[in-house]
Amino acid sequence: MNPIRVIESRTVVLPRENIDTDQIIPARFLKVTDKAGLGKSAFADWRYGPDGAPLPDFVLNRPEAQGCAVLVAGENFGCGSSREHAPWALHDYGFRAVLSTRIADIFKSNALKNGLLPIVVDAASHAALVAAPGATVRIDLEAQTVTIPGGAAVPFAIDGFSRYCLLNGVDELGFLLGQAEAIAVFEGAR
Amino acid sequence: MPSAPRTLLEKIWDGHLVRAETPETPAVLYVDLHLVHEVTSPQAFSLLRERGLPVRRLDRTLATMDHSTPTLPRGADGRWPFIDAQAEAQVAQLSRNAAEFGMELHGLGTEAQGVIHVFGPEMGATQPGMTVVCGDSHTATHGAFGALAFGIGTSEVGHVLATQCLLQRRPRTLAVRVEGRLPAGVGAKDLILAIIARLGVGGGTGHVIEYLGEAVRALSMEARMTLCNMSIEAGARAGMVAPDQTTFAWLEGREKAPTGKAWDQAVARWRALPSDPGARYDRELTIDGASLAPMITFGTNPGHAIAISARVPDPAGEADAAVRSSLQGALAYMGLRPGQPILGQPVDVVFVGSCTNGRLEDLREAAAVLRGRKVKTRTLIVPGSQRVKKAAEAEGLDAVFRAAGAEWREPGCSMCIAMNGDELRPGQYAVSTSNRNFEGRQGKGGRTFLASPLTAAASAVTGMITDVRGLL
Ligand code: SF4
Repeated sequence: MNPIRVIESRTVVLPRENIDTDQIIPARFLKVTDKAGLGKSAFADWRYGPDGAPLPDFVLNRPEAQGCAVLVAGENFGCGSSREHAPWALHDYGFRAVLSTRIADIFKSNALKNGLLPIVVDAASHAALVAAPGATVRIDLEAQTVTIPGGAAVPFAIDGFSRYCLLNGVDELGFLLGQAEAIAVFEGAR
Repeated sequence: MPSAPRTLLEKIWDGHLVRAETPETPAVLYVDLHLVHEVTSPQAFSLLRERGLPVRRLDRTLATMDHSTPTLPRGADGRWPFIDAQAEAQVAQLSRNAAEFGMELHGLGTEAQGVIHVFGPEMGATQPGMTVVCGDSHTATHGAFGALAFGIGTSEVGHVLATQCLLQRRPRTLAVRVEGRLPAGVGAKDLILAIIARLGVGGGTGHVIEYLGEAVRALSMEARMTLCNMSIEAGARAGMVAPDQTTFAWLEGREKAPTGKAWDQAVARWRALPSDPGARYDRELTIDGASLAPMITFGTNPGHAIAISARVPDPAGEADAAVRSSLQGALAYMGLRPGQPILGQPVDVVFVGSCTNGRLEDLREAAAVLRGRKVKTRTLIVPGSQRVKKAAEAEGLDAVFRAAGAEWREPGCSMCIAMNGDELRPGQYAVSTSNRNFEGRQGKGGRTFLASPLTAAASAVTGMITDVRGLL
């Protein structure tokens, strides 16, 4: 995994509440046995018409959304199914961070393992972001701040261990494998 | 010094710490049982292969196939009618992975195959006090046994395969106390829909729910599984019910359950699991079980649930703009008018099945309504596992369903997730006993009303959303 320090990008705003992982990537795209190329199916049922052509009104299909790496979404983003295909699809599409007022637990955990920052901000900062689609935000993982439209740097919380892993591009499996001795002791004591 | 009173969750958590959490690092939590299915595992096996790692504890890992599998029998040529080559390849991949790594797999066509969360308990693999994980959010189901059971992503599936451990922070606790007894015609499905409606689909985020109270104690094991199953629909990663005699009676004699002296010792340990008197929860919610009615969803998430006799809410009555617009979007998708009754809404398809309501008791309830009646809609009855199917057939339930004009299928997830070709056509309405009414969940453009097996069967008979209490 590549280390992440700063993400600077314009935003795409999708203010719907409770965007579930079935919307992020519908189940019919889960029949794959690898992770590659899921980005084209991200939000497929909102993004494409019955004939497969992009729907011009959907926000991701607008010209100004191209190249944006930050998604601003409504409350409770990523609820529902635990499919890791959701962060795989968003990352493959080009997103590097998702901002909301609440992000579902399993999605958050999956996102952190795939270089997609799940960032929870307060309602006022969120409202400022929603009101200014396309605004440029700067997310500083080291400082744990995000600059919102108007220039304020708002702090965000992130688990210290996940932050360490993201900043250094290391994965959790390596850490767990390093616990082999403690695991063997635990198993032996039961 | 006597230790402070602890909750069920805290007892299980403390008993599985390979390393306690610190501000810098999460806990290293040991996993007793890891369930594996074809959709969320292939990339995890690839990870093992890339790093040259074996599966650490094959004796704690069990696999079956359910999501991409057909629910029609093998053809005359001996081949399964997969929806497409990709689904077939995914199922074949799990067979190859299990063979390569030496994993116990109950594959398609074998005697115990079924929906992963029906299959695990049925084998007796899920036991009180365990930590249970699976790459599937409805792993919450297994909490019905007094286990800490939660869904994980595919990266974590890889972690557990390789180390039998996960990195976790301890969740907060939410006690949901259900007082009184559920009235006739009202079951665990109605109860959990009422709870999700109260909490909201994100209301349980960061929490594990423990279900308590008279109404919960009175539930059968299968009903407790229905209840815990949908905890994730309130955002809670896990739901649990403390083990009791009902739990032990259900488990005894199952093939993975302990026997003889080991059984007695296990039961003695399990009796110490319930939360201590005076144990503190981070949040509490009390529900009056006796006042509940059959519930049904009207919108596009499981929190959009109302009593079946109620009217579809009017978004105009919502003060919060975000809630108002999400409600408007839901009604537009569902093609429903604010304030209309939900009773009498025409239905195209009825689905009885899934890890929420695909067990024997659920099929018995559906059969009780369908016996001697005819269905007016396409009706799919999909048993949760081969064993459920066999037990239902031994009781003649299949004959009841067929005589009513319903389709009696092979076990699998089927129309709960619509990956295998069992799906709604755009615009169709379904009353479904599954757990998610998200847009397109049962097929692109399909529209889902979630309800109990009783309500589903009653609606199949009339061709519209129907209060089962008039048919009992
Ligand atoms: S029945 Fe539905 S919810 Fe349950 S495991 Fe299968 S797809 Fe998931």
